[in-house]
Amino acid sequence: MVPDTWYLALSAVLFTIGVCGVVLRRNPLVIFMSIELALNAANLALVAFGQRAGNAEGQALVFFVMAVAAAEVAVGLAIIVAIFRVRERLSVDDLSLMRW
Amino acid sequence: MPRVAFLLIAALAVASALGLVLRRNPIHGALFLVVNLGCIAALYLMLGAEFLAAAQVIVYAGAIMVLFVFAIMVLIPGKEETGPDPRRGWRLLAAPLGAALLVELAVILLAGQAATAPAAAPAPAGGVAAIGRLLFTDYLLPFELTSVLLLAAMVGVLLLARRRA
Repeated sequence: MVPDTWYLALSAVLFTIGVCGVVLRRNPLVIFMSIELALNAANLALVAFGQRAGNAEGQALVFFVMAVAAAEVAVGLAIIVAIFRVRERLSVDDLSLMRW
Repeated sequence: MPRVAFLLIAALAVASALGLVLRRNPIHGALFLVVNLGCIAALYLMLGAEFLAAAQVIVYAGAIMVLFVFAIMVLIPGKEETGPDPRRGWRLLAAPLGAALLVELAVILLAGQAATAPAAAPAPAGGVAAIGRLLFTDYLLPFELTSVLLLAAMVGVLLLARRRA
């Protein structure tokens, strides 16, 4: 058996890489994908904890996270496309105002 | 043996995550993210969460990443693929790799036929039945709320995507 701590360590590493991507990159699409990466790392930790607890609650939680992530991606990409129609350039440095 | 498998999958997951963050081309990043999501699905399988592994492949690696790739292709048009392939030798490796996969699947199928059908094992704590029961009893209200959320997201996306005159 693989110890639970290994899963948690991998989850922490992946989450950190995702956060680094959010901070380092300027393309909003790549930032968005990094957020998905961090979300998945958190899901992995949830499943690992759920299996340790021996019930299905962790998996049910991950199921809800997936549903919310699907909605979030749809809305987020629509916003990025809408901004791109006006701005023609994709960099979050240009988007510091909450209006366009 | 499970530890070796875990380490291999974990290395692949970390490498693909780094690829997503460090590669300049967003399309490469998206493909790296697909690899990463696949690795996480494999880890779900190792943890015994079969339902989530399937949902991960269908929802994330399928639906969400298609949306991402679609948005990248719309927003950042790349160069068209013309002229001689600079990496033709690498791509020819696809044939032996595909053959190896086929042989592997055949071996697994034959081994499964040779073995006697195992007696139905008792469902583990995190089985599909347990999740289904939980979702439709204790988590019924959140479950229904997600359907409202998805509907709201759909309407919102339609509103955002409409071209303003």
